[in-house]
Amino acid sequence: MPRARLARRMSRKQPSIARLNTSTQTTLATRPSAILAGRNVSKVYRLGDVEVHALRGVSLELGAGEFVVLLGASGSGKSTLLNILGGLDVPTSGEVRYRDHVLTTATDRELTRYRREHVGFVFQFFNLLPSLTALENVELVTEIAANPLPAADVLGRVGLADRLRHFPAQLSGGEQQRVAIARALAKRPDILLCDEPTGSLDYPTGKVVLEVLERANRDLGTLTVVITHNAAIAAMADRVIRISSGEIVDVQHHATRARPEDLSW
Amino acid sequence: MVSALHRALLRDLWHLRGQVAAAALVTACGIAAFVTMLSAYRSLERARDDYYADYRFADAFAQLQRAPMSLGAALARIPGVTEIDRRIVEDVSLDVPGLAEPATGRLISLPADPSSGLNRLFLREGRWPRPGRADEAVASEAFARADGLAPGSRIGAILNGRWEELRIVGLALSPEYVYEVAPGMLFPDNRRFGVLWMDRDALAGAFGLKGAFNDLALRTAAASSLEPIIGAVDRLLEPFGGLRAYGRADQTSNRFLDDELSEIGVHATYVPAIFLGVSAFLIYMLLARLVATERGQIALLKAFGYTNARIGLHFAEFALAVVTLGSIGGIALGAYFGAGLVGIYRDYFHFPVLRFELSATVVGAAALIALGSALVAASTTVRRAVRLPPAEAMRPEPPKRYRTGRWEAVHALRRIGPSARVVLRNIARRPWRATLSVIGIAAAVATLVVGRYAFDAVDELVVAHFQSVEREDAIVNLRRVGGAAAVGSLARLPGVLRAEPFRSVPVELRFAHRHKRSVLLGIPGSGTLHRLIDAQRRPIGMPPAGIVLTRKLAEMLGARPGSRVQIEQLDGKRLRFTEPIVGVSDEPLGVAGYMDAHTLSQVLHDEGAVSGALLQIDAAHRMALFRALERTPRIAGVTIRAAALQTIREVMDRSFLLMTVVMTAFASVLVVGVVYNSARIALSERGNELASLRVLGFQRGEVARLLLGEQALLTVVAIPVGLGIGSVLCRLLVPVFDRELFRLPYVLSARTYALATLVTLAAAAVSGLLVARRIDRLDLIAVLKTRE
Repeated sequence: MPRARLARRMSRKQPSIARLNTSTQTTLATRPSAILAGRNVSKVYRLGDVEVHALRGVSLELGAGEFVVLLGASGSGKSTLLNILGGLDVPTSGEVRYRDHVLTTATDRELTRYRREHVGFVFQFFNLLPSLTALENVELVTEIAANPLPAADVLGRVGLADRLRHFPAQLSGGEQQRVAIARALAKRPDILLCDEPTGSLDYPTGKVVLEVLERANRDLGTLTVVITHNAAIAAMADRVIRISSGEIVDVQHHATRARPEDLSW
Repeated sequence: MVSALHRALLRDLWHLRGQVAAAALVTACGIAAFVTMLSAYRSLERARDDYYADYRFADAFAQLQRAPMSLGAALARIPGVTEIDRRIVEDVSLDVPGLAEPATGRLISLPADPSSGLNRLFLREGRWPRPGRADEAVASEAFARADGLAPGSRIGAILNGRWEELRIVGLALSPEYVYEVAPGMLFPDNRRFGVLWMDRDALAGAFGLKGAFNDLALRTAAASSLEPIIGAVDRLLEPFGGLRAYGRADQTSNRFLDDELSEIGVHATYVPAIFLGVSAFLIYMLLARLVATERGQIALLKAFGYTNARIGLHFAEFALAVVTLGSIGGIALGAYFGAGLVGIYRDYFHFPVLRFELSATVVGAAALIALGSALVAASTTVRRAVRLPPAEAMRPEPPKRYRTGRWEAVHALRRIGPSARVVLRNIARRPWRATLSVIGIAAAVATLVVGRYAFDAVDELVVAHFQSVEREDAIVNLRRVGGAAAVGSLARLPGVLRAEPFRSVPVELRFAHRHKRSVLLGIPGSGTLHRLIDAQRRPIGMPPAGIVLTRKLAEMLGARPGSRVQIEQLDGKRLRFTEPIVGVSDEPLGVAGYMDAHTLSQVLHDEGAVSGALLQIDAAHRMALFRALERTPRIAGVTIRAAALQTIREVMDRSFLLMTVVMTAFASVLVVGVVYNSARIALSERGNELASLRVLGFQRGEVARLLLGEQALLTVVAIPVGLGIGSVLCRLLVPVFDRELFRLPYVLSARTYALATLVTLAAAAVSGLLVARRIDRLDLIAVLKTRE
């Protein structure tokens, strides 16, 4: 599909860049364009006789088109938060809303539909189907999406136009992760959740993946949440939320985002 | 003290309990089949051998017209003969209270001391007839029970043309009638055929055989060969109307017993082989997966200094544990089914005692076979575990490599979606595993088909024989050869629509060096009630000259149309003549030769002689006819077609239900074993992949389709394969059932194919559902953090 047509299709759905820019200027509590919000979210795991408080009353609002980095050490609760926001887990108390839907009371089927229609996931270990080519891995998702982008175009956008017919075992880690990102974006999600997307990649490959994420966020206006323990990545975010021991300990707004190629760690 | 490795083994077994149970169940079925059939075989064989020895079952038999008792001295002098029994045996028509149709009774003389002589009776109840009492008889137990007779009951019998009332004084069993079947019948009809033993003098008086005998039984020294003895007996009996003597192998009851034993023998080999083969495959899959998931542990153990042998043993023990579980279950199940099968045999084979015995030999053999299948299953995977170098084993398994299959070039397949591709590529990646799965499921389908074959074939045989060949409603046998007038009087009986005379001559047929005792039937060329048929069951006319043989008889003689067979009449004038074979008749029941009645009587110089008549009956007047026949002298026996058919149906239905239930259960276990285990292994191998898809928003059903699509496709492929294998196996069984008494045609009904298909689909669906439930338990959170 020609680029121009692709761009037209995207502009129909996504808000303007101008509006995205205003949203980064407003405060957390009053953000009018928040599409995903958590209020007093707590999560308690029971490990044998020990209660583990993974999240302690976290509240946050995430706006459309935002690029958010959740920063924290391992065990800080950032993954638990991501799982709850992605509809994979339910909090022990508190409420999570996606637009006007309450996720915390949704059934398993409703949560599946939420993930299917609105959320894109990128995993640390890519989790591609080894039996499908790059193109088919993306098509697997576009097959069940309501209004998807053409799979080959999305793969082209992540720089894999010449790798469409390769199987995961024939791709490098970075390429596999880009296939995974293409798979997540192809259904045109409102939210893209990335769990340590560079965690298993080397430095140059990691940077290429971050560039792809950044460009997708910019071009498609998808709310992008990246969790990482790598503080260097934080500079490319609109907002950095630091989590420690299950609580938000710091929120930082960036008026201008650093370009991924300028990051170093 | 349980070692750490043993504790690990127990934990693995528990962790994989579903799959272990499925594999153990398949093993159990194989062992159960083996134990059931072999122990039933041995129980039956043992009961037969004991009975024959203790009750002095004769080694050879001969029927004759009439010979003086004094001939006994010469018979006893034949080298190798140790004991002779000169008897009187006559078939008569019986009037049994409560039975509409006339029954046939075989009257056999008892020696002066009934507990002496050959073919001794086991007196179950009552007493022996008093010497000289012509109205007392001991009845065979099966006949008495079927007709509700007991000591004290009375029945009517036509003894040499006179109606007499007989009083039953005892119930007995004879080694000669373990399988108590009327001549020419396949299944016993105990209501309408029975043996009665009576005082010798009384019978001799009634049948004009004072100082004479018409039936001979003899025992031979263990080492002596039967052939010369039979030759000598025939020479001595020839002047007295002796029909050819024969050994145990041709004695009806003994032949059925032998056939049954050889049949179980056949089933006892291939049925367990199918199941144990599949169970070895399942254990192999389980172990291969176990070795794959425990790579790290294996490496660690090796790093700790565990020897290769110890690690190999660990996995071999896993296989051993599975078959041990299966064997214990299988032996118990086999003992249960074996006792059940022996119970069924008690209905057919009448022994004083038929006890189910589970011998240590059978149990030991079962255990050895199971052990063998475990070792076969374990050998490759254990080698793989042993060969794994510790350093490599520490790393995760390399990513699974897939490639585009050649099938994807097929135009029609290009448009299939990614989900279908996942299914197809997974099959293509492990072609052997897929092939073995297909074979396993196909084996179940084939088991179902083979299990029903005998029923379909008997169904077809009955239709073929009684609609195309023996089309009469009743056969009336005269006691002595009579004239046309006898048939004329039968035709005038109430309810008789048509009466066709037939001539039946005992003969010996010879061709080249082969010879065969049989019967030559003269039937009128214009007759319609008994027809000859070709292979397509189309009637063929009776040629005016020459002889037609049933195909089986021609095969036994090694003769074919055009061959000239020598025929020796064994009764009457004992004429010898030669006739060309002018045709073969493809009838499935019995063997005989046929000639045009008129031609035959010319050859035998007994114009107009008849042995009996075939009757077509008006059903509305059958009762009146039966009453008339019961009181008609000169009649040796009446066979009612409808009653015979009903007996076959009843026997079939009874064993059919049990067989179908057992076969269905066994085949379901096979299907569940293969499908459930394959799907569980796929779930274990691809759990991560499937959980990722759940995270990406695939509903449970969609994920289940991806997981189970492979098994569904393999099942669908396996069904026609199984139907094909089953059909081929049945074809291979056709020679097993190609006997002198009956020949089962190769035929399988649509119902059999449908049942096999439905049972397989149902069992596969249930297995799929069991595994699909586990998709709910996929850990969607862990998958975000786990490496393949």
